[in-house]
Amino acid sequence: MSELLTLNISQVLEGLKKKKFSAVELTRSYLDRIEETKALNMYLEISADKAITMAEKADENYKNNSARLLEGIPIGIKDMFCTESIKTTASSKILENFVPTYESTVSNKLWEEGAINLGKLSCDEFAMGSSNETAAQGNVINPWKVEETRSPGGSSGGSAAAVASKSALCTIGTDTGGSIRQPAAFCGIVGMKPTYGRCSRWGIIAFASSLDQAGPLTRNVSDSATMLKVMAGHDPKDSTSSLESVPNFNDFLDKGVKGLKIGIPEEYDRKGISEEILNSKEKVIDLLKQNGAEIVNVSLPLTKYALPVYYIVAPAEASSNLARYDGVRYGLRVDGDSLDDMYEKTRANGFGDEVKRRIMIGTYVLSSGYYDAYYLKAQKVRRLIKNEFDEVFKKVDYLLTPTTPTTSFKLGSTQDLLTMYLNDVFTVPASLAGIPGISVPIDLDKNGLPIGIQLLGKPFDEGGVFQVGKVIEDCAEFNFSPEGNFS
Amino acid sequence: MSNEKNIKPGQIQGKKNLWEMVIGLEIHAQVSSQSKLFSGASTEFGKQANENVSLVDAAMPGMLPVINEHCIKQAIKSGHALGAKINKFSVFDRKNYFYADLPQGYQISQYKDPIVGEGSIKINDYENNEKIIGIERLHLEQDAGKSLHDQHPSKSFIDLNRTGVALMEIVSKPDLRTPEEAALYVKKVRSILRYIGSCDGNMEEGSLRADCNVSVRRSGEEFGTRCEIKNLNSTKFITQAIQYEAERQVEILEEGGKIDQETRLFDTSTGQTRSMRNKEDAHDYRYFPDPDLLPLKLDELLIDKIRDELPELPDKLSERLVNEYKITPYDASVIVEEKEFADYYEKAAQGRDGKLVANWMITELFGAIKKENLSFTENPVSPENLNELVFLIENNTISGKIAKDVFLYMVQTSKKPKDIVKEKGLEQVTDDSVIEGYIDNVINGNKDKVEEYLNGKDKLFGFFVGQVMKVSQGKANPNLVNQLLKSKLK
Repeated sequence: MSELLTLNISQVLEGLKKKKFSAVELTRSYLDRIEETKALNMYLEISADKAITMAEKADENYKNNSARLLEGIPIGIKDMFCTESIKTTASSKILENFVPTYESTVSNKLWEEGAINLGKLSCDEFAMGSSNETAAQGNVINPWKVEETRSPGGSSGGSAAAVASKSALCTIGTDTGGSIRQPAAFCGIVGMKPTYGRCSRWGIIAFASSLDQAGPLTRNVSDSATMLKVMAGHDPKDSTSSLESVPNFNDFLDKGVKGLKIGIPEEYDRKGISEEILNSKEKVIDLLKQNGAEIVNVSLPLTKYALPVYYIVAPAEASSNLARYDGVRYGLRVDGDSLDDMYEKTRANGFGDEVKRRIMIGTYVLSSGYYDAYYLKAQKVRRLIKNEFDEVFKKVDYLLTPTTPTTSFKLGSTQDLLTMYLNDVFTVPASLAGIPGISVPIDLDKNGLPIGIQLLGKPFDEGGVFQVGKVIEDCAEFNFSPEGNFS
Repeated sequence: MSNEKNIKPGQIQGKKNLWEMVIGLEIHAQVSSQSKLFSGASTEFGKQANENVSLVDAAMPGMLPVINEHCIKQAIKSGHALGAKINKFSVFDRKNYFYADLPQGYQISQYKDPIVGEGSIKINDYENNEKIIGIERLHLEQDAGKSLHDQHPSKSFIDLNRTGVALMEIVSKPDLRTPEEAALYVKKVRSILRYIGSCDGNMEEGSLRADCNVSVRRSGEEFGTRCEIKNLNSTKFITQAIQYEAERQVEILEEGGKIDQETRLFDTSTGQTRSMRNKEDAHDYRYFPDPDLLPLKLDELLIDKIRDELPELPDKLSERLVNEYKITPYDASVIVEEKEFADYYEKAAQGRDGKLVANWMITELFGAIKKENLSFTENPVSPENLNELVFLIENNTISGKIAKDVFLYMVQTSKKPKDIVKEKGLEQVTDDSVIEGYIDNVINGNKDKVEEYLNGKDKLFGFFVGQVMKVSQGKANPNLVNQLLKSKLK
């Protein structure tokens, strides 16, 4: 493995600027690494030629002293982002041959700042899943304890595993109920879900429109801040994107936690959570105290309703968002005797079980006679959950919780769906409230698997979340990397 | 059984009972705008199939709707013009159903919170009866595309040019009682929208179409079960379809049957309605607020500004025409139906007898246009020329009868009436001596009749007038003829 692969974003930018290595060299190292780690099944598409062309352009810009913010940074893209002329499938058979003629706003912003597109990363089908097992192209294998074939988490499993296995310098993912934070925790990296509306959703294949947010998956907090600065901002093409100005998030990183109030919600110490995760959370609390933060015990009693609410709202929106995959205009078509027959065959064939399950749940909760009892009630509870966060943020500045109840599980080990859905129990509340959250790796459990901690902040206070996250990262000194033979 | 003669419009005499119709209309009016409701694609009519289609219209993955501000303003304007309440808060919902010409798998519409609430408009029937028709709401929604089933033996083609074009759905209260009222209501709404420029009202191109909800009841009873007749694109079809449907329902009810609430289609070739789908097959549209669009919040200042900028609307204009030109309210209602009519009329009536001009316009001009199968804009008679024609009548240059001949030449040649009169020598003869000459001719040629007349057969006077006019080729001034004839026949 090339030494270049161990560098983080700021080190790479420094190296490129000082001409210690070229963007082409760096990109070739990553492309080689992608070949080496092929067995992990992370990349659905490798855009090698395009990457080299982009790297050549980056080197030129360094030569001309016109380097941009991410000039020469090799990035992998979750397959939920539409990429111009590069196949985009959302890990679904129904889009197996879909090649967009357009580029998503967020990925486009990366290229505009000189980043290099390594290719497209596997995820759960239409981002529906917490283990990457629902991908039509097969699951991704977590690079940690690779011989044990564990889940990288999901849905951004490919994006998290690629960063952890150094098959990308950083990646972007989408988070609807935890799809960036949970895989980041499982893979021992940093995953940031920004405030809803921070990043444009234009060109991102929709799962649940009121929850979907793009965010970066990176080696450390500083890289995350650098990435988000480029990704964020208002987009006139997305009515739900915020007009809020985007600060330089890196400016927050050295501010420390002195005097900040960090809330510890008691409801997150729930049954079924691993003892080791609870212990490591206590360790983080102690470290934050030592650095001058004030720890406040708080209560968010509605937390227990978050998961059921999420599994009404998200499928409801998904059932409507996925109606467009009908075999008429693009993607898979299985011919039938009539229009309805074609619809049924196409969708039966093109969608996997989990997607079908959620379409059915969503259709059910929106049906006449059930709408009030399910969808409307869920929306009301969602509003209350949001209010509860607003209230608690009057008392504290941030909230600290585990990211996941357990560390990575073995692929195929979770037969029970409810257990699978419980993976998101700590990440879903912030998604429903639309607030920013980050998962930072803090330790390894006794099996040698990473543990992540989640920090939540007020709407549009990603800067503060990075600030506290940086302190946690510095104190935790998580310097581990997955070892093993990935080929 | 009551007497057939007592049946009023909108009533149906069944074998057992007298029934009345209850009608409510949903008008779909295409918003006049350059681009679609949620995309930048053009709305131009008559383009090649699928030429006006953006990525959003085709529902490509990851595409998002962005509201067209112009369409919002058009809806506000229309709401004001329909005397309706503008809702400062409204919501766009998704109406979910699968069809090949509905790329998203849902139509973006407004369900619980429309942009415009209750209002009302006035209609005037031919007997000058005024009636207020309630408006329930107006909401914005996307049009669907078009399925073409006649292009290939086994396949259907899809044209998405219309997909996403902004429509205003204007829902009336069930206040209409006759097919004619329904037609008048549609005309009135169309006229109002055309005045303010929010819809071109072109029913042939489908810019304005109506769904009719029809039920029947015995007088004084609660509303009956209604059927909805979809997609009628002319007032003629609206009246035909409602009449047929009401009669169909009466027949069923009188035979002891009951009406199934269903959606029906009108077959223009047979003049009948037939079932399209019944309540059981009705779609469950699973409406819910579109999470891609924020609720629409309108600024009061904007609402007021749009109201202040409204042009003179047909009712106000009609009132003014009645006062200013002393015409009947019915004539005024016909003239204000189209803005162009009213503009034409005001030019033509400048300085003339308003009633006379109205008569000429409504009877002769509209008649000629209809006969020649022209649109009003292709009208060969300029308002200045009609004005001049009426002037020639008023100052006795020509008689009303000659004027009709002159008018025919005007329609054919677009020439000025003065020139036609001169060219054809049609000036009225007002010279006493010339007319006396005609009279002498007639008297000399009808000695026997003169005798009879002088012996008391007064009725023959009309005969002499007719003969004199004939001799003068219709050019003699009828008043003078009368006057002179009387003194000659003393």
